[in-house]
Amino acid sequence: MSFDYIVQQIANGITLGSMYALVAVGFSMIYGIMRLINFAHGDIVMIGAFTTLYLLQNIGLPLPIVAIMVLIVGFGVGMLVEKSIFLPMRGSPQVTGFIASLSLSIMLQNFGILILSAQPRNFNFPEYMNSIITVSTIKFKVLDVVIIVTTIVLVIALLLLINKTKLGIAIRATAQNLDVARLMGININRVIMLTFAIGSAIAAVAGLMWGGKFGQIDPLMGYIPGLKAFVAAVIGGVGSIPGAILGGFILGISEVLFVGLMPPEYSSFRDAFVFIILIVILIVMPNGLLGKNMEDRA
Amino acid sequence: MLKIKNIDVYRGSTHVLHHLNLEVKDGEIVSLIGANGAGKTTTLRTISGLLRPKNGEILYKTDTNSHPIDTTSLPPNEIVKLGISHTPEGRGIFPQLTVKENLLVGAYNRVDDQIESDLLSMYNMFPILQKRSRLDAGKLSGGEQMMLSLGRALMSRPKFLILDEPSLGLAPLIVEQIFDMLKRINEQGVTILLVEQNAVMALELSSRAYVLETGRIVLEGESADLITNKKVQDAYLGGAES
Ligand SMILES: Nc1ncnc2c1ncn2[C@@H]1O[C@H](COP(=O)(O)OP(=O)(O)OP(=O)(O)O)[C@@H](O)[C@H]1O
Ligand SMILES: [Mg+2]
Repeated sequence: MSFDYIVQQIANGITLGSMYALVAVGFSMIYGIMRLINFAHGDIVMIGAFTTLYLLQNIGLPLPIVAIMVLIVGFGVGMLVEKSIFLPMRGSPQVTGFIASLSLSIMLQNFGILILSAQPRNFNFPEYMNSIITVSTIKFKVLDVVIIVTTIVLVIALLLLINKTKLGIAIRATAQNLDVARLMGININRVIMLTFAIGSAIAAVAGLMWGGKFGQIDPLMGYIPGLKAFVAAVIGGVGSIPGAILGGFILGISEVLFVGLMPPEYSSFRDAFVFIILIVILIVMPNGLLGKNMEDRA
Repeated sequence: MLKIKNIDVYRGSTHVLHHLNLEVKDGEIVSLIGANGAGKTTTLRTISGLLRPKNGEILYKTDTNSHPIDTTSLPPNEIVKLGISHTPEGRGIFPQLTVKENLLVGAYNRVDDQIESDLLSMYNMFPILQKRSRLDAGKLSGGEQMMLSLGRALMSRPKFLILDEPSLGLAPLIVEQIFDMLKRINEQGVTILLVEQNAVMALELSSRAYVLETGRIVLEGESADLITNKKVQDAYLGGAES
Protein backbone atom coordinates (compact mmCIF):
# COMPACT_ATOMS: atom_id res chain seq x y z
CA MET A 1 0.00 0.00 0.00
CA SER A 2 1.63 3.15 -1.16
CA PHE A 3 1.75 6.53 0.47
CA ASP A 4 0.00 8.00 -2.58
CA TYR A 5 -2.83 5.54 -2.19
CA ILE A 6 -3.41 6.63 1.39
CA VAL A 7 -3.29 10.30 0.46
CA GLN A 8 -5.77 9.57 -2.30
CA GLN A 9 -8.07 7.87 0.18
CA ILE A 10 -7.81 10.78 2.58
CA ALA A 11 -8.76 13.11 -0.25
CA ASN A 12 -11.84 10.97 -0.93
CA GLY A 13 -12.62 10.99 2.75
CA ILE A 14 -12.50 14.76 2.78
CA THR A 15 -15.07 14.91 0.00
CA LEU A 16 -17.39 12.53 1.81
CA GLY A 17 -16.69 14.30 5.10
CA SER A 18 -17.61 17.64 3.52
CA MET A 19 -21.06 16.38 2.70
CA TYR A 20 -21.53 14.81 6.12
CA ALA A 21 -20.36 18.06 7.72
CA LEU A 22 -22.86 20.15 5.77
CA VAL A 23 -25.77 17.96 6.77
CA ALA A 24 -24.53 17.67 10.35
CA VAL A 25 -24.14 21.42 10.79
CA GLY A 26 -27.84 22.09 10.22
CA PHE A 27 -28.86 19.11 12.28
CA SER A 28 -26.77 20.39 15.14
CA MET A 29 -27.96 24.00 14.89
CA ILE A 30 -31.55 22.85 14.93
CA TYR A 31 -30.93 20.69 17.95
CA GLY A 32 -29.08 23.51 19.66
CA ILE A 33 -31.88 26.00 19.35
CA MET A 34 -34.96 23.77 19.59
CA ARG A 35 -33.67 20.67 21.40
CA LEU A 36 -35.19 18.82 18.46
CA ILE A 37 -33.74 15.61 17.05
CA ASN A 38 -34.86 16.30 13.51
CA PHE A 39 -35.28 12.98 11.76
CA ALA A 40 -36.51 14.71 8.64
CA HIS A 41 -33.24 16.55 8.14
CA GLY A 42 -31.93 13.87 5.76
CA ASP A 43 -35.05 14.17 3.66
CA ILE A 44 -34.20 17.80 2.98
CA VAL A 45 -31.04 16.39 1.36
CA MET A 46 -33.33 14.37 -0.89
CA ILE A 47 -35.42 17.43 -1.73
CA GLY A 48 -32.23 19.30 -2.60
CA ALA A 49 -31.09 16.47 -4.86
CA PHE A 50 -34.38 16.28 -6.76
CA THR A 51 -34.55 20.05 -7.07
CA THR A 52 -31.09 19.94 -8.60
CA LEU A 53 -32.09 17.18 -10.98
CA TYR A 54 -35.13 19.11 -12.11
CA LEU A 55 -33.40 22.45 -12.59
CA LEU A 56 -30.32 20.97 -14.19
CA GLN A 57 -31.75 18.32 -16.48
CA ASN A 58 -35.33 19.42 -17.15
CA ILE A 59 -34.84 23.17 -17.27
CA GLY A 60 -31.19 23.16 -18.20
CA LEU A 61 -29.94 25.94 -15.96
CA PRO A 62 -26.19 26.29 -15.39
CA LEU A 63 -24.90 24.58 -12.26
CA PRO A 64 -23.92 27.68 -10.21
CA ILE A 65 -27.43 29.09 -10.66
CA VAL A 66 -28.91 25.72 -9.77
CA ALA A 67 -26.85 25.69 -6.59
CA ILE A 68 -28.16 29.07 -5.52
CA MET A 69 -31.73 28.05 -6.28
CA VAL A 70 -31.33 24.83 -4.34
CA LEU A 71 -30.13 26.89 -1.40
CA ILE A 72 -33.26 29.04 -1.67
CA VAL A 73 -35.59 26.06 -2.05
CA GLY A 74 -34.04 24.41 1.03
CA PHE A 75 -34.45 27.64 2.96
CA GLY A 76 -38.09 27.91 1.92
CA VAL A 77 -38.90 24.30 2.73
CA GLY A 78 -37.25 24.74 6.13
CA MET A 79 -39.30 27.84 6.85
CA LEU A 80 -42.50 26.15 5.83
CA VAL A 81 -41.81 23.01 7.86
CA GLU A 82 -40.86 24.95 10.98
CA LYS A 83 -43.81 27.28 10.79
CA SER A 84 -46.43 24.69 10.03
CA ILE A 85 -45.23 21.79 12.19
CA PHE A 86 -42.79 22.81 14.90
CA LEU A 87 -44.00 26.30 15.80
CA PRO A 88 -47.39 25.00 16.96
CA MET A 89 -45.54 22.51 19.19
CA ARG A 90 -43.37 25.08 20.93
CA GLY A 91 -43.14 24.27 24.61
CA SER A 92 -44.28 20.66 24.26
CA PRO A 93 -42.09 17.84 25.58
CA GLN A 94 -39.06 16.92 23.51
CA VAL A 95 -40.54 13.60 22.51
CA THR A 96 -43.39 15.38 20.72
CA GLY A 97 -41.02 17.07 18.29
CA PHE A 98 -39.08 13.86 17.90
CA ILE A 99 -42.17 11.90 16.83
CA ALA A 100 -43.35 14.76 14.64
CA SER A 101 -40.05 14.85 12.77
CA LEU A 102 -40.12 11.08 12.35
CA SER A 103 -43.64 11.38 10.93
CA LEU A 104 -42.55 14.20 8.67
CA SER A 105 -39.65 12.12 7.40
CA ILE A 106 -41.88 9.20 6.49
CA MET A 107 -44.38 11.57 4.96
CA LEU A 108 -41.76 13.24 2.76
CA GLN A 109 -40.40 9.87 1.65
CA ASN A 110 -43.81 8.51 0.76
CA PHE A 111 -44.80 11.71 -0.91
CA GLY A 112 -41.57 11.51 -2.90
CA ILE A 113 -42.35 7.96 -4.01
CA LEU A 114 -45.87 9.02 -4.92
CA ILE A 115 -44.89 11.83 -7.25
CA LEU A 116 -41.42 10.73 -8.33
CA SER A 117 -41.76 6.91 -8.12
CA ALA A 118 -39.34 4.77 -6.14
CA GLN A 119 -37.17 4.17 -9.23
CA PRO A 120 -33.67 5.57 -8.75
CA ARG A 121 -32.87 8.27 -11.27
CA ASN A 122 -29.57 8.82 -12.92
CA PHE A 123 -28.07 12.09 -11.98
CA ASN A 124 -25.62 13.58 -14.39
CA PHE A 125 -23.59 16.64 -13.76
CA PRO A 126 -22.14 18.50 -16.76
CA GLU A 127 -19.19 16.61 -18.23
CA TYR A 128 -16.56 19.08 -17.01
CA MET A 129 -17.35 18.12 -13.42
CA ASN A 130 -15.93 14.67 -14.08
CA SER A 131 -12.64 15.74 -15.57
CA ILE A 132 -9.59 14.93 -13.51
CA ILE A 133 -7.22 17.33 -11.86
CA THR A 134 -3.86 15.91 -10.86
CA VAL A 135 -1.97 17.46 -8.01
CA SER A 136 1.46 15.79 -7.97
CA THR A 137 0.28 12.18 -7.81
CA ILE A 138 -3.16 12.66 -6.30
CA LYS A 139 -6.12 12.71 -8.61
CA PHE A 140 -9.19 14.79 -7.95
CA LYS A 141 -12.31 15.05 -9.99
CA VAL A 142 -13.35 18.65 -10.54
CA LEU A 143 -16.53 17.64 -8.72
CA ASP A 144 -14.57 16.77 -5.57
CA VAL A 145 -12.77 20.09 -5.65
CA VAL A 146 -16.08 21.88 -6.13
CA ILE A 147 -17.62 19.99 -3.20
CA ILE A 148 -14.71 20.77 -0.90
CA VAL A 149 -14.45 24.43 -1.89
CA THR A 150 -18.21 24.98 -1.66
CA THR A 151 -18.20 23.38 1.78
CA ILE A 152 -15.39 25.63 2.95
CA VAL A 153 -17.18 28.71 1.65
CA LEU A 154 -20.49 27.73 3.25
CA VAL A 155 -18.86 26.88 6.56
CA ILE A 156 -16.97 30.17 6.69
CA ALA A 157 -20.13 32.10 5.81
CA LEU A 158 -22.04 30.25 8.50
CA LEU A 159 -19.38 30.82 11.15
CA LEU A 160 -19.29 34.52 10.31
CA LEU A 161 -23.06 34.69 10.55
CA ILE A 162 -23.12 32.92 13.90
CA ASN A 163 -20.16 34.70 15.46
CA LYS A 164 -20.22 38.18 14.00
CA THR A 165 -23.76 39.23 13.25
CA LYS A 166 -26.66 40.35 15.39
CA LEU A 167 -28.73 37.43 14.15
CA GLY A 168 -25.89 35.12 15.16
CA ILE A 169 -25.84 36.49 18.69
CA ALA A 170 -29.62 36.11 18.82
CA ILE A 171 -29.36 32.50 17.64
CA ARG A 172 -26.79 31.67 20.31
CA ALA A 173 -28.68 33.54 23.02
CA THR A 174 -31.89 31.72 22.13
CA ALA A 175 -30.10 28.38 22.17
CA GLN A 176 -28.74 29.10 25.65
CA ASN A 177 -31.79 30.49 27.38
CA LEU A 178 -35.12 30.81 25.64
CA ASP A 179 -36.90 32.86 28.27
CA VAL A 180 -34.10 35.34 28.82
CA ALA A 181 -33.73 35.69 25.05
CA ARG A 182 -37.39 36.74 24.97
CA LEU A 183 -36.76 39.20 27.79
CA MET A 184 -34.03 40.79 25.68
CA GLY A 185 -36.62 41.51 23.03
CA ILE A 186 -35.59 38.72 20.69
CA ASN A 187 -38.46 37.41 18.61
CA ILE A 188 -37.56 33.79 19.28
CA ASN A 189 -40.08 32.36 16.84
CA ARG A 190 -38.46 34.28 14.03
CA VAL A 191 -34.94 33.36 15.15
CA ILE A 192 -35.83 29.67 15.46
CA MET A 193 -37.49 29.68 12.06
CA LEU A 194 -34.46 31.29 10.45
CA THR A 195 -32.11 28.81 12.11
CA PHE A 196 -34.21 25.92 10.88
CA ALA A 197 -34.31 27.42 7.40
CA ILE A 198 -30.56 28.03 7.25
CA GLY A 199 -29.84 24.48 8.39
CA SER A 200 -32.24 23.13 5.79
CA ALA A 201 -30.75 25.28 3.02
CA ILE A 202 -27.30 23.86 3.71
CA ALA A 203 -28.67 20.31 3.78
CA ALA A 204 -30.33 20.89 0.41
CA VAL A 205 -26.99 21.93 -1.09
CA ALA A 206 -25.49 18.77 0.36
CA GLY A 207 -28.18 16.96 -1.63
CA LEU A 208 -26.90 18.54 -4.83
CA MET A 209 -23.41 17.29 -4.00
CA TRP A 210 -24.62 13.86 -2.97
CA GLY A 211 -26.40 13.35 -6.25
CA GLY A 212 -23.36 14.45 -8.21
CA LYS A 213 -21.01 12.27 -6.22
CA PHE A 214 -23.02 9.05 -6.30
CA GLY A 215 -24.79 9.54 -9.63
CA GLN A 216 -28.16 8.17 -8.56
CA ILE A 217 -30.94 9.53 -6.42
CA ASP A 218 -34.26 8.22 -5.13
CA PRO A 219 -36.89 9.37 -2.65
CA LEU A 220 -35.44 7.28 0.18
CA MET A 221 -31.87 8.51 -0.31
CA GLY A 222 -32.08 10.89 2.69
CA TYR A 223 -31.81 8.10 5.18
CA ILE A 224 -28.04 7.57 5.02
CA PRO A 225 -26.97 11.25 5.04
CA GLY A 226 -29.51 11.92 7.79
CA LEU A 227 -28.20 9.09 9.92
CA LYS A 228 -24.55 9.93 9.31
CA ALA A 229 -25.20 13.59 10.09
CA PHE A 230 -26.81 12.56 13.34
CA VAL A 231 -23.73 10.50 14.20
CA ALA A 232 -21.33 13.27 13.11
CA ALA A 233 -23.22 15.84 15.19
CA VAL A 234 -23.15 13.61 18.25
CA ILE A 235 -19.44 12.86 17.81
CA GLY A 236 -18.70 16.57 17.62
CA GLY A 237 -21.01 17.46 20.48
CA VAL A 238 -24.57 18.06 19.42
CA GLY A 239 -25.41 21.76 19.35
CA SER A 240 -21.84 22.76 18.50
CA ILE A 241 -21.28 23.99 14.96
CA PRO A 242 -17.49 23.47 14.89
CA GLY A 243 -18.19 20.09 16.50
CA ALA A 244 -20.55 19.07 13.72
CA ILE A 245 -17.99 20.03 11.08
CA LEU A 246 -15.22 18.16 12.86
CA GLY A 247 -17.53 15.18 13.38
CA GLY A 248 -18.44 15.14 9.69
CA PHE A 249 -14.83 15.06 8.58
CA ILE A 250 -13.79 12.46 11.16
CA LEU A 251 -16.64 10.26 10.03
CA GLY A 252 -16.04 10.74 6.31
CA ILE A 253 -12.30 10.18 6.48
CA SER A 254 -12.40 7.20 8.82
CA GLU A 255 -15.12 5.55 6.77
CA VAL A 256 -13.16 5.85 3.53
CA LEU A 257 -9.94 4.76 5.19
CA PHE A 258 -11.67 1.75 6.69
CA VAL A 259 -12.95 0.65 3.33
CA GLY A 260 -9.71 1.52 1.57
CA LEU A 261 -7.26 -0.03 4.01
CA MET A 262 -9.08 -3.14 5.16
CA PRO A 263 -9.28 -6.20 2.96
CA PRO A 264 -12.29 -5.91 0.61
CA GLU A 265 -14.32 -8.54 2.45
CA TYR A 266 -14.61 -6.17 5.42
CA SER A 267 -15.93 -3.20 3.51
CA SER A 268 -19.56 -4.06 4.15
CA PHE A 269 -18.86 -3.55 7.84
CA ARG A 270 -18.20 0.15 7.38
CA ASP A 271 -21.36 1.20 9.18
CA ALA A 272 -20.60 -1.08 12.10
CA PHE A 273 -17.20 0.57 12.22
CA VAL A 274 -18.83 4.03 12.21
CA PHE A 275 -20.95 3.15 15.19
CA ILE A 276 -17.99 1.68 17.04
CA ILE A 277 -16.23 5.02 16.63
CA LEU A 278 -19.34 6.77 17.88
CA ILE A 279 -19.65 4.60 20.96
CA VAL A 280 -15.94 4.79 21.83
CA ILE A 281 -15.98 8.58 21.58
CA LEU A 282 -19.12 8.85 23.66
CA ILE A 283 -17.72 6.57 26.36
CA VAL A 284 -14.63 8.75 26.64
CA MET A 285 -16.39 12.08 26.11
CA PRO A 286 -20.11 11.83 26.83
CA ASN A 287 -20.80 15.33 25.47
CA GLY A 288 -18.93 14.69 22.24
CA LEU A 289 -15.62 16.22 21.21
CA LEU A 290 -16.57 19.90 21.41
CA GLY A 291 -19.93 19.68 23.12
CA LYS A 292 -21.12 21.48 26.20
CA ASN A 293 -23.64 19.92 28.46
CA MET A 294 -26.83 20.83 26.67
CA GLU A 295 -29.09 20.22 29.65
CA ASP A 296 -27.88 23.54 31.01
CA ARG A 297 -30.55 25.56 29.28
CA ALA A 298 -33.09 27.04 31.67
CA MET B 1 -46.36 54.03 34.81
CA LEU B 2 -47.66 50.52 35.46
CA LYS B 3 -51.06 49.47 36.68
CA ILE B 4 -51.91 45.85 37.29
CA LYS B 5 -55.64 45.39 37.69
CA ASN B 6 -57.08 42.32 39.24
CA ILE B 7 -55.01 39.68 37.49
CA ASP B 8 -55.26 35.95 38.02
CA VAL B 9 -52.30 33.91 36.85
CA TYR B 10 -52.04 30.14 36.62
CA ARG B 11 -48.96 28.01 36.19
CA GLY B 12 -50.14 24.76 34.75
CA SER B 13 -53.22 24.06 36.78
CA THR B 14 -51.98 25.87 39.90
CA HIS B 15 -53.72 29.13 40.59
CA VAL B 16 -50.70 31.25 41.62
CA LEU B 17 -51.82 34.90 41.67
CA HIS B 18 -55.25 35.83 43.00
CA HIS B 19 -56.90 39.11 41.98
CA LEU B 20 -53.62 40.92 42.21
CA ASN B 21 -53.56 44.70 42.04
CA LEU B 22 -50.35 46.65 41.95
CA GLU B 23 -49.33 50.09 40.81
CA VAL B 24 -45.98 51.71 40.15
CA LYS B 25 -45.91 55.44 39.52
CA ASP B 26 -43.45 57.36 37.38
CA GLY B 27 -40.07 57.74 39.04
CA GLU B 28 -40.79 55.49 42.00
CA ILE B 29 -38.90 52.58 43.45
CA VAL B 30 -41.48 50.06 44.58
CA SER B 31 -40.57 46.82 46.25
CA LEU B 32 -42.48 43.58 46.28
CA ILE B 33 -41.59 41.30 49.16
CA GLY B 34 -42.83 37.93 50.25
CA ALA B 35 -41.78 34.46 51.29
CA ASN B 36 -40.58 31.70 48.96
CA GLY B 37 -43.29 30.62 46.60
CA ALA B 38 -45.49 33.64 47.27
CA GLY B 39 -45.65 34.46 43.56
CA LYS B 40 -43.14 37.30 43.19
CA THR B 41 -41.39 35.85 40.18
CA THR B 42 -44.74 34.94 38.67
CA THR B 43 -45.82 38.58 38.99
CA LEU B 44 -42.73 39.85 37.21
CA ARG B 45 -42.93 37.24 34.46
CA THR B 46 -46.52 38.27 33.86
CA ILE B 47 -45.54 41.93 33.56
CA SER B 48 -42.88 41.15 30.98
CA GLY B 49 -45.17 38.91 28.97
CA LEU B 50 -43.60 35.52 29.65
CA LEU B 51 -46.83 34.52 31.37
CA ARG B 52 -50.39 35.53 30.50
CA PRO B 53 -52.99 36.38 33.09
CA LYS B 54 -56.23 34.48 32.81
CA ASN B 55 -58.17 37.63 33.55
CA GLY B 56 -57.55 41.19 34.58
CA GLU B 57 -55.37 43.66 32.73
CA ILE B 58 -51.98 45.33 32.78
CA LEU B 59 -51.71 48.93 31.65
CA TYR B 60 -48.46 50.72 30.96
CA LYS B 61 -47.71 54.36 30.21
CA THR B 62 -44.30 55.31 28.85
CA ASP B 63 -44.66 58.72 30.52
CA THR B 64 -47.21 60.74 32.45
CA ASN B 65 -48.83 62.33 29.44
CA SER B 66 -48.98 59.40 27.07
CA HIS B 67 -51.90 57.12 26.56
CA PRO B 68 -51.94 53.90 28.60
CA ILE B 69 -51.11 50.81 26.55
CA ASP B 70 -52.73 47.50 27.35
CA THR B 71 -49.79 45.08 27.52
CA THR B 72 -51.81 42.14 28.83
CA SER B 73 -51.60 40.17 25.63
CA LEU B 74 -48.41 41.53 24.07
CA PRO B 75 -45.47 39.16 23.52
CA PRO B 76 -42.27 39.89 25.51
CA ASN B 77 -40.40 41.36 22.53
CA GLU B 78 -43.12 43.98 22.08
CA ILE B 79 -43.11 44.76 25.78
CA VAL B 80 -39.34 45.30 25.73
CA LYS B 81 -39.83 47.87 22.98
CA LEU B 82 -42.00 49.91 25.35
CA GLY B 83 -39.00 50.42 27.61
CA ILE B 84 -39.63 47.68 30.16
CA SER B 85 -36.56 45.69 31.12
CA HIS B 86 -36.70 42.58 33.30
CA THR B 87 -33.59 41.29 35.05
CA PRO B 88 -34.60 37.73 35.82
CA GLU B 89 -34.15 35.65 38.94
CA GLY B 90 -30.70 34.08 38.97
CA ARG B 91 -29.42 36.90 36.73
CA GLY B 92 -30.05 35.09 33.45
CA ILE B 93 -26.78 35.90 31.75
CA PHE B 94 -25.93 33.89 28.63
CA PRO B 95 -23.01 31.79 29.85
CA GLN B 96 -21.51 31.06 26.44
CA LEU B 97 -21.76 34.54 25.04
CA THR B 98 -18.91 36.86 25.87
CA VAL B 99 -19.42 39.67 28.35
CA LYS B 100 -19.52 42.14 25.48
CA GLU B 101 -22.03 40.08 23.54
CA ASN B 102 -24.24 39.87 26.61
CA LEU B 103 -24.22 43.64 26.81
CA LEU B 104 -24.99 43.97 23.11
CA VAL B 105 -27.93 41.59 23.38
CA GLY B 106 -29.35 44.06 25.87
CA ALA B 107 -29.54 46.60 23.05
CA TYR B 108 -31.11 44.09 20.66
CA ASN B 109 -34.12 46.21 19.82
CA ARG B 110 -32.33 49.50 19.49
CA VAL B 111 -31.70 51.02 16.09
CA ASP B 112 -30.00 54.28 17.12
CA ASP B 113 -26.28 54.93 16.77
CA GLN B 114 -25.52 55.34 20.46
CA ILE B 115 -25.06 51.65 21.21
CA GLU B 116 -21.26 51.80 21.08
CA SER B 117 -21.13 54.83 23.35
CA ASP B 118 -23.55 53.22 25.81
CA LEU B 119 -21.27 50.21 25.83
CA LEU B 120 -18.45 52.48 26.89
CA SER B 121 -20.53 54.02 29.64
CA MET B 122 -21.31 50.53 30.96
CA TYR B 123 -17.59 49.83 30.99
CA ASN B 124 -17.13 53.07 32.92
CA MET B 125 -19.81 52.14 35.38
CA PHE B 126 -18.50 48.57 35.77
CA PRO B 127 -14.78 48.58 34.95
CA ILE B 128 -14.55 44.87 35.68
CA LEU B 129 -16.81 44.19 32.69
CA GLN B 130 -14.38 45.95 30.40
CA LYS B 131 -11.52 43.88 31.77
CA ARG B 132 -13.51 40.72 31.13
CA SER B 133 -15.23 41.84 27.93
CA ARG B 134 -13.96 38.95 25.79
CA LEU B 135 -14.47 36.28 28.38
CA ASP B 136 -17.45 33.91 28.31
CA ALA B 137 -19.92 35.35 30.78
CA GLY B 138 -20.33 31.96 32.45
CA LYS B 139 -16.82 32.35 33.83
CA LEU B 140 -17.69 35.49 35.82
CA SER B 141 -18.20 35.40 39.57
CA GLY B 142 -21.70 35.83 40.96
CA GLY B 143 -21.19 39.50 41.71
CA GLU B 144 -19.71 40.18 38.29
CA GLN B 145 -22.63 38.35 36.70
CA MET B 146 -25.07 40.58 38.59
CA MET B 147 -23.25 43.65 37.30
CA LEU B 148 -23.38 42.25 33.81
CA SER B 149 -27.05 41.53 34.17
CA LEU B 150 -27.69 45.08 35.34
CA GLY B 151 -25.49 46.56 32.62
CA ARG B 152 -27.27 44.46 30.03
CA ALA B 153 -30.62 45.75 31.27
CA LEU B 154 -29.40 49.35 31.03
CA MET B 155 -28.20 48.78 27.46
CA SER B 156 -31.86 48.72 26.43
CA ARG B 157 -32.23 52.25 27.87
CA PRO B 158 -35.20 51.20 29.96
CA LYS B 159 -37.78 53.55 31.39
CA PHE B 160 -39.02 50.87 33.73
CA LEU B 161 -36.67 48.35 35.29
CA ILE B 162 -37.91 45.25 37.06
CA LEU B 163 -35.48 43.17 39.06
CA ASP B 164 -35.99 39.72 40.54
CA GLU B 165 -33.89 39.23 43.66
CA PRO B 166 -30.70 40.99 42.60
CA SER B 167 -29.15 40.23 46.01
CA LEU B 168 -29.54 36.47 45.65
CA GLY B 169 -26.38 34.63 46.63
CA LEU B 170 -24.16 37.72 46.75
CA ALA B 171 -21.84 38.94 49.48
CA PRO B 172 -23.22 41.84 51.56
CA LEU B 173 -20.64 44.27 50.20
CA ILE B 174 -21.63 43.56 46.59
CA VAL B 175 -25.28 43.83 47.50
CA GLU B 176 -24.61 47.31 48.93
CA GLN B 177 -22.92 48.27 45.68
CA ILE B 178 -25.77 46.99 43.55
CA PHE B 179 -28.35 48.78 45.67
CA ASP B 180 -26.37 52.02 45.48
CA MET B 181 -26.40 51.67 41.76
CA LEU B 182 -30.13 51.07 41.65
CA LYS B 183 -30.55 54.25 43.62
CA ARG B 184 -28.45 56.18 41.12
CA ILE B 185 -30.22 54.63 38.16
CA ASN B 186 -33.52 55.68 39.68
CA GLU B 187 -32.25 59.22 40.22
CA GLN B 188 -31.58 59.36 36.50
CA GLY B 189 -35.26 58.86 35.89
CA VAL B 190 -35.70 55.10 35.65
CA THR B 191 -38.71 53.72 37.50
CA ILE B 192 -37.96 50.50 39.40
CA LEU B 193 -39.95 47.54 40.63
CA LEU B 194 -37.80 45.43 42.92
CA VAL B 195 -38.52 41.90 44.13
CA GLU B 196 -36.48 40.94 47.16
CA GLN B 197 -36.10 38.37 49.89
CA ASN B 198 -33.82 40.82 51.61
CA ALA B 199 -36.74 42.85 52.89
CA VAL B 200 -34.78 45.31 55.03
CA MET B 201 -32.67 46.50 52.15
CA ALA B 202 -35.60 46.58 49.77
CA LEU B 203 -37.71 48.62 52.16
CA GLU B 204 -34.85 51.00 52.83
CA LEU B 205 -34.37 51.64 49.13
CA SER B 206 -37.97 51.88 48.00
CA SER B 207 -40.58 54.50 48.64
CA ARG B 208 -43.52 52.12 48.62
CA ALA B 209 -43.90 48.40 48.97
CA TYR B 210 -46.29 45.50 48.58
CA VAL B 211 -46.28 42.34 50.62
CA LEU B 212 -47.30 39.20 48.78
CA GLU B 213 -48.50 36.08 50.56
CA THR B 214 -49.54 32.95 48.66
CA GLY B 215 -50.47 34.93 45.61
CA ARG B 216 -52.36 37.71 47.34
CA ILE B 217 -51.30 41.23 48.28
CA VAL B 218 -51.78 41.32 52.04
CA LEU B 219 -50.20 44.67 52.82
CA GLU B 220 -49.17 47.75 50.96
CA GLY B 221 -47.98 51.19 51.84
CA GLU B 222 -45.05 53.50 52.38
CA SER B 223 -41.88 51.50 52.87
CA ALA B 224 -41.03 53.54 55.96
CA ASP B 225 -44.31 52.48 57.56
CA LEU B 226 -43.98 48.87 56.57
CA ILE B 227 -40.52 48.62 58.03
CA THR B 228 -41.96 49.36 61.47
CA ASN B 229 -45.10 47.32 60.94
CA LYS B 230 -45.33 44.54 63.50
CA LYS B 231 -46.61 41.95 61.03
CA VAL B 232 -43.87 42.69 58.51
CA GLN B 233 -41.21 42.65 61.18
CA ASP B 234 -42.30 39.27 62.46
CA ALA B 235 -42.65 37.69 59.05
CA TYR B 236 -39.80 39.16 57.04
CA LEU B 237 -37.46 41.27 59.10
CA GLY B 238 -36.69 39.39 62.24
CA GLY B 239 -36.72 36.10 64.08
CA ALA B 240 -36.87 33.10 61.83
CA GLU B 241 -35.11 34.67 58.89
CA SER B 242 -31.93 36.00 60.38
N1 LIG C 1 -43.36 26.27 36.09
C1 LIG C 1 -44.22 26.15 37.12
N2 LIG C 1 -45.23 25.24 37.07
C2 LIG C 1 -46.11 25.11 38.09
N3 LIG C 1 -46.05 25.83 39.22
C3 LIG C 1 -45.07 26.73 39.33
C4 LIG C 1 -44.10 26.94 38.29
N4 LIG C 1 -43.25 27.89 38.71
C5 LIG C 1 -43.65 28.27 39.91
N5 LIG C 1 -44.75 27.58 40.31
C6 LIG C 1 -45.49 27.74 41.57
O1 LIG C 1 -45.98 29.05 41.63
C7 LIG C 1 -45.87 29.55 42.95
C8 LIG C 1 -45.17 30.90 42.93
O2 LIG C 1 -43.87 30.75 42.45
P1 LIG C 1 -42.90 31.98 42.22
O3 LIG C 1 -41.70 31.46 41.56
O4 LIG C 1 -43.64 33.07 41.58
O5 LIG C 1 -42.58 32.38 43.74
P2 LIG C 1 -41.54 33.44 44.29
O6 LIG C 1 -42.32 34.32 45.18
O7 LIG C 1 -40.78 34.08 43.20
O8 LIG C 1 -40.61 32.51 45.16
P3 LIG C 1 -39.02 32.60 45.43
O9 LIG C 1 -38.83 33.59 46.52
O10 LIG C 1 -38.69 31.22 45.88
O11 LIG C 1 -38.35 32.98 44.16
C9 LIG C 1 -45.13 28.50 43.76
O12 LIG C 1 -46.07 27.80 44.53
C10 LIG C 1 -44.53 27.61 42.75
O13 LIG C 1 -44.48 26.30 43.20
MG1 LIG D 1 -38.84 34.07 42.67
